[in-house]
Amino acid sequence: MALCGGADRVSHSMDKSITLPPDEIFRNLENAKRFAIDIGGSLTKLAYYSTVQHKVAKVRSFDHSANETDGDHLYEISVQEEITARLHFIKFENAYIETCLDFIKDHLVNTDTKVIKATGGGAYKFKDLIEKKLKLKVDKEDEITCLIKGCNFVLKNIPHEAFVYARHADSEFRFQNTHPDIFPYLLVNIGSGVSIVKVESEDRFERIGGSSIGGGTFWGLGALLTKTKRFDELLNLASKGHHTNVDMLVKDIYGGAYGSLGLTGDLIASSFGKSATTNKEFSKEDMAKSLLHMISNDIGQLACLYAKLHNLSRVYFGGFFIRGHPVTMHTITYSINFFTKGEVQALFLRHEGYLGAIGAFLKGAEEDNPNQYSWGENYAGSSGLMSVSPEMNPVQRARSGTFDMLEMDRLERQLVNLPLLQDPSSYIPDTVDLSEDALAREYWLYCFEEALDGVVKRAMASQRDHPGAVERAEKFRQKYCHKLQTLRHQPFAYGSLTVRSLLDTREHCLNEFNFPDPYSKIKQRENDMALKYYQKVVRSVEEMNWEQRQFALVKGLLAGNVFDWGAKAVSDVLESDPEFGFDQAKQQLQERPWLVDAYNQWIERLKGPPHKCALLFVDNSGIDIILGVFPFVRELLIRGTEVILASNSGPALNDVTNSELLILTERIAEMDPVIHDALKEDRLALVQNGSSSPCLDLSRLDKVLATVVRERGTDLVIIEGMGRAIHTNYYAMLSCESLKLAVIKNSWLADRLGGKIFSVVFKYEAPNKAQEHY
Amino acid sequence: MPMELNGFPCDGEGCAEEQEESTARRLPLSKKTETICCLIATPSADSEAAGGGASKEQRKAKSTPAIMRLDSLKKNRPPFPWFGMDIGGTLVKLIYFEPKDITAEEELEEVESLKIIRRYLTLHTAYGKTGIRDVHLELSDLTLWGRKGSLHFIRFPTHELPAFLQMGRDKHFSSLHTTLCATGGGAFKFEDDFRKVANLQLVKLDELDCLINGVLYMASVVSNGPSECYYFVNPTDPERCEQKAYNLESCPFPLLLVNIGSGVSILAVYSKDNYKRVTGTSLGGGTFLGLCCLLTGCSTFEEALAMASVGESTRVDKLVKDIYGGGYERFGLPGWAVASSFGNVMSKEKRDSISKEDLARATLVTITNNIGSITRMCALNENIERVVFVGNFLRVNTLSMKLLAYALDYWSKGQLKALFLRHEGYFGAVGALLELSNPS
Repeated sequence: MALCGGADRVSHSMDKSITLPPDEIFRNLENAKRFAIDIGGSLTKLAYYSTVQHKVAKVRSFDHSANETDGDHLYEISVQEEITARLHFIKFENAYIETCLDFIKDHLVNTDTKVIKATGGGAYKFKDLIEKKLKLKVDKEDEITCLIKGCNFVLKNIPHEAFVYARHADSEFRFQNTHPDIFPYLLVNIGSGVSIVKVESEDRFERIGGSSIGGGTFWGLGALLTKTKRFDELLNLASKGHHTNVDMLVKDIYGGAYGSLGLTGDLIASSFGKSATTNKEFSKEDMAKSLLHMISNDIGQLACLYAKLHNLSRVYFGGFFIRGHPVTMHTITYSINFFTKGEVQALFLRHEGYLGAIGAFLKGAEEDNPNQYSWGENYAGSSGLMSVSPEMNPVQRARSGTFDMLEMDRLERQLVNLPLLQDPSSYIPDTVDLSEDALAREYWLYCFEEALDGVVKRAMASQRDHPGAVERAEKFRQKYCHKLQTLRHQPFAYGSLTVRSLLDTREHCLNEFNFPDPYSKIKQRENDMALKYYQKVVRSVEEMNWEQRQFALVKGLLAGNVFDWGAKAVSDVLESDPEFGFDQAKQQLQERPWLVDAYNQWIERLKGPPHKCALLFVDNSGIDIILGVFPFVRELLIRGTEVILASNSGPALNDVTNSELLILTERIAEMDPVIHDALKEDRLALVQNGSSSPCLDLSRLDKVLATVVRERGTDLVIIEGMGRAIHTNYYAMLSCESLKLAVIKNSWLADRLGGKIFSVVFKYEAPNKAQEHY
Repeated sequence: MPMELNGFPCDGEGCAEEQEESTARRLPLSKKTETICCLIATPSADSEAAGGGASKEQRKAKSTPAIMRLDSLKKNRPPFPWFGMDIGGTLVKLIYFEPKDITAEEELEEVESLKIIRRYLTLHTAYGKTGIRDVHLELSDLTLWGRKGSLHFIRFPTHELPAFLQMGRDKHFSSLHTTLCATGGGAFKFEDDFRKVANLQLVKLDELDCLINGVLYMASVVSNGPSECYYFVNPTDPERCEQKAYNLESCPFPLLLVNIGSGVSILAVYSKDNYKRVTGTSLGGGTFLGLCCLLTGCSTFEEALAMASVGESTRVDKLVKDIYGGGYERFGLPGWAVASSFGNVMSKEKRDSISKEDLARATLVTITNNIGSITRMCALNENIERVVFVGNFLRVNTLSMKLLAYALDYWSKGQLKALFLRHEGYFGAVGALLELSNPS
């Protein structure tokens, strides 16, 4: 019987002539510390912790009491340097190991580092080399322990980490929701042998079994049978072959199916059975295919037997046999389906290759408590799934050699589920999965490409007097353009492709080139401008009767939402007509009945008792927040409803950030006693949402926000804007009443939803009512 | 040596009067094996019995004079020749009952073709180039359906079936109007060929039913020869490891029956007619031979085994100690455990020292350990502690048997017991022969 084992065959052919594109691969080495390395049979994975210094836009309030003139800004914007923590993971072929170690040695500034954590079968072989080159003491860590630690880490921190593979489906990769509770699960690691590990909690796991028939068997036997020595070539042969020429099938024995047992004729009765009874030559392809089936089926069968014995339904597969190979993912999936009759799904991981390195790193970083933080995959610095698979992506391979990277940012805030999600395990933030919807994917990729020039221009404009801004903006363009190209070919690179992921990737790339907030000045100008109209707007609604007022407030909220620099149709208007104002926006709005129109139900509800507490996810700066949201909030407060305004922690497009909102609210409070008193009495809370995205993932929200929501007995959630209420959360089911409203500022999307541009979505849902409908 | 009492299920006590008619088609077992006897007869057979219809319960009830039974036996017993056949993916297994109590009168009546067949089969131990009679397995002085005789065990490769059919045609087998009970996939696949070439109509039988009937019957046959069922004592200690007889018939259930032919079937057997196929694997005897043929250029099972017996698998397989320098204590893996089958092939230094014999041995060990591993998981899932291994993969393959005994004992910490049967691959054919008494 057997164990896992990373493959430990190590190719020693060092190629010292390789020149590395250093700034692209071993990034941020100067501040690097806490190294870990996982050396497998053919690939080395290096991990280190580093700090990234990058620019952030800060806002600071002026003192207005002294001198208040029309030309003055409400707040000043400054760009400051901030240091954030980032984890770097790099995967490369063992052939580069010496070159890489030399490079690291030359660039390593931090001399506090004394040890390097090491795991994987090759760790001891390279121990001397590493110690000699890096002058670091190699500290070996248990392989399986590292694997599990790494697995827990990615499952917890990376949305869409796990996927189901379906070769012939529209999208081969079906990504799984992040389950709030990742335990228990079974990890089947197929290295040279197979290890089957049952994981019950962060610290409790057990190797419950294994098999000696694994990747090493495929490789070894395959090489003997076909004289083909490269693993990838063997798989390539296998994908071209026909196993039925080599295997004895049920129909070869029965002439057809074995009906009474329900065994179909095509089932393999005896692997290689035909080579035992016939004296003919078999093709390399056919033998490789037969071998692949034999090994995949065997592993699948054992995995199922263990899953059944331990009553586990989540089974993840990893190891070099699986890593990035659609062929083996397919055969393993097939085997699991066959043996469990679909009861268990074979799950794979996007960052499977990094688990050992991540785990070893975490072992070494225990004093930093990495598990206390939330981490996020940085789309700008990460290569994405299958980046080095030559069959998948010849372009990228040529660009960055065979180096694959994963970067994870330590998030300032710890992220948790919104406590008001009806079923956290089935919550999917995104409305449309672009990896499954080819038409939508085409459109949005085109859309983001079209918008790129504008974004670059905006970025440069935001740093007009900064040195190198033009150059950096151009680099940003190339980077994002390349990401879009990658996503066109590999929509699955970062999990399901969605409008949200496209937007987030753009934000990550902007940050990467130190454009932390390209819209800061626009936001500032618009906020200043809108503030001037605040009292007028409030006065005008105060004069209305109750019914009129409610409608005016909703209409104001919607009209404010028209001011969105993220929507091209609007940004064009705003760019050409700076005088475009609140009233014009109101005229643009669709007349009732709206595209989705639950206004009557909402009004009926308002005639009833006030809500205890409303949570409002706000959207844009300027008119949206000041003239749309605040008058609406004001009315809620007057009704006796507490309000939590949840805004972005970091900048994204012209969305209002928490720090901006704090200043704005203060200023409004000076003008409006209702807001003033509510702030003072803590009936109005301003809380950051933990995100820097124009969209909203309710399963990754600031922990403080979740606590406030729970403590205040929130019974109404209002989500405004296309990014948060249409692209995401349109179908989100909440356990309390919810209001999702947005103006569709994109004609393609409007068309999809059966409306026209500037159509209005006003979706009011109450959970009890929803249940009555079922 | 005589086999006392065989074939007289109702000798002395234990038989119901109303059963007389059906006795003839009942299975001949010693009185010691009454429970087994009941278990072997299929319920449907009971109701279809000529003039009978005795239920299982009735059968155990009373006794009847032997003489009456013999009359009915004579009336209902199937006409000679008595064959049972199991046509597998690789081998055809043929069971032949040779009556030794032929009277002068019978001798005169016996048709010529029957005589020819009897002599041909019993005078030779090899047929053509590839047919073999396993003389050491022969059961002599067996009483079956009231007749004394010997049970012969013959095998030949499935690809020789056309030659066999041709012989059947040449020797006018069809003129005997005999019933030929056959099981295994080939019974279905070659049914047309039997009819067209040899003018024989097969009675096709389910292979797992036959397998279980055959195993239970053979385990119940009392002989003075070596016990049918045995196990290895001290399987984990090569020095002290030895075969010991095991009495399976006294309490056969539940058991896990692992049939290793070309492929492997694993059955959980709870009673004679309550069993299920738990799972199977395509990594079986066919895989061992197929891979050996490709890897070493050998062409027969015997050659492959001979090579394996002198080879050294540890030159081919990567062991835990090859990776960790010793055991992997954190997870209780001993250093000698195989970490990766064929894992050393990709290692430059080790590759050159690997011989064909080593490859054959590694193939054998790989396949055997894998079967052991799947079997152990099935036993745990089904909560069964006794495992009976059968099938032709184990023929003259002590290496695999000891390995299975060892693996089951070691990894289950002594909880599981591996049992083996002397007539390894012939149980399906025995089961088929027993169906002769079932006129349907």
